[in-house]
Amino acid sequence: MLTKKRLSKILLALITVILFLIVLFPFFIVIINSAKSSLEIITNPIALPERWGQLIDNIVNIWTNPSINYASSVYASTIITVLSLFFISVFSAMAAWVLVRTKTRLSNFIFLIFISGLVIPFQVVMFPLVSLFRMIGANLNIQLLRSYQGMIFAYIGFGAPLAVFMFHGFIKSIPFELEEAALIDGCSKPRIFFSIIMPILKPIFVTICILNAIWIWNDFLLPSLILGIGQPLQTIPLAISAFAGSFVKRWDLIMTAALMAAAPIIIGFLFGQKHIIKGMVSGSIK
Amino acid sequence: MKRQTKDKLVFWLFLAPALFSFIIVVIIPFFMGIYYSMTDWQAVPGVAVNWVGLDNYRAMFSDIRFQYSLLRTFLFTLLSVISINVVALIFAFLVTREIKFRNFFRAGFFVPNLIGGLVLGYIWQFIFKSVVPQIGGTLGIEFIENLLILADPNLTLLGLITAYTWQYAGYIMMIYVAALLNVPQELLEASEIDGANSWQKFKSITMPMIAQAFTITSFLTLVTSFKQYDIIVALTNGGPTGIFRGEVVNSTELLAVHIYNVAFKYNNMAEGQARAVIFFLLLSVVSIAQVYNNKKKEIEM
Repeated sequence: MLTKKRLSKILLALITVILFLIVLFPFFIVIINSAKSSLEIITNPIALPERWGQLIDNIVNIWTNPSINYASSVYASTIITVLSLFFISVFSAMAAWVLVRTKTRLSNFIFLIFISGLVIPFQVVMFPLVSLFRMIGANLNIQLLRSYQGMIFAYIGFGAPLAVFMFHGFIKSIPFELEEAALIDGCSKPRIFFSIIMPILKPIFVTICILNAIWIWNDFLLPSLILGIGQPLQTIPLAISAFAGSFVKRWDLIMTAALMAAAPIIIGFLFGQKHIIKGMVSGSIK
Repeated sequence: MKRQTKDKLVFWLFLAPALFSFIIVVIIPFFMGIYYSMTDWQAVPGVAVNWVGLDNYRAMFSDIRFQYSLLRTFLFTLLSVISINVVALIFAFLVTREIKFRNFFRAGFFVPNLIGGLVLGYIWQFIFKSVVPQIGGTLGIEFIENLLILADPNLTLLGLITAYTWQYAGYIMMIYVAALLNVPQELLEASEIDGANSWQKFKSITMPMIAQAFTITSFLTLVTSFKQYDIIVALTNGGPTGIFRGEVVNSTELLAVHIYNVAFKYNNMAEGQARAVIFFLLLSVVSIAQVYNNKKKEIEM
């Protein structure tokens, strides 16, 4: 009986390890082929590289490649991601707070409008959005296409519904007495929000930032419409797409580019693994 | 009175940034889109827009490429939902057993989810084009060596599902893990004493407990599969071509890609927009039906 139990345990562990290796196989392929020359990769894409130093050469190649422009693409991706996260979470928390604390029919209605955003797919708004941004640019002279402000503004709009929804659910569980006491002490409403409510919302902030960071960093379709492919201002996915389009057969460099595109987010994951998994799962359940 | 005005001011000031962005970015384009879908809109500034009623919708339903895209999208969605959930459940069962390093395995299964669809598509294109034939060659299996996955319409669809499952199963696994860890151990032990076998335990205790998780995962996988775009663009770009009812069609041009192509590749913005509206309606119907169905099932269990 005991041996049978042990045997099944070993078997389970074995299956897990095998599946684990299968799942990590594509990463293995990317890493070994990032360290190959273009000839080597054609000869045998599953052999180990002859010289790991080639990896450095390929990285330098991608780093200095004019169509991928790695440093400036990472910079643009970082600016867009960080600022979007900041504005999505702060603006949505502010909106959710007044929506919870103001119990009128209007505030319910506004909340419903936000929720409706959760079921509107991107595809149905994307063409008119570009048109609208172009009209705003032509008539009000506010440059939204091919600019940081337009990109970040779009992310705030698309990110708001889920963030407002999640903050709304959480703020409802914060007792109003907390704010009442501060009000009696003469604390102004904005101050109550920024010094009392915001610190309590920290776990939701973390969840929202993680969910949105992965979405925004990897997003392709929205930036391809707002920023355009092959423009000076481009994010990492746009750069990769422009690069792979012009070097269809240079798999060695495409693999290196893939490695360099995934590296920042995987390194980030290794640091905050626990929070990230928890945040992403709780985000989906709410 | 003064305080009330102040409260109102705070209400609107706090609401304004999020609501304003959301209305400009989503709500206004949404209504513009519905209007444009019934015009001959070309998205060219200065060109007049004329009302055409339901012409774009009629053109869409008689377009064989659209019918085919719709069928392929349903097929892809169905197979993806099954594939992702089965793989995710297997992963979840394995990493909730008493094995060593289970957190390490969990993280490993989850990691592909961090790779963006576009980058992931290129990686799998390389795997299907170069790595798979090479493996066949090394093992001396001619069938695998000559397997051109991305040249056959049906194999390509399976390839897409494989790449997509690789990306998404780890995420869905995490939701199942959360549900499985909620199954009380005492209940399992008690049933064991009463003589229940593994299958009975699974069927009567574990299954109902993960029904709640299944509501979420099936909904998530359904909606995200239906909307899939990035992976397809990088992996197949809609190809290879096939024949459907006597017309040449792109075998993996699923709806999200189809909408984009109609607008930009075939240069018909208004028709692309009409298809996007139908896409929205389908998604709403499918989502509502799915949630309703699962809620009903949960109660019965």
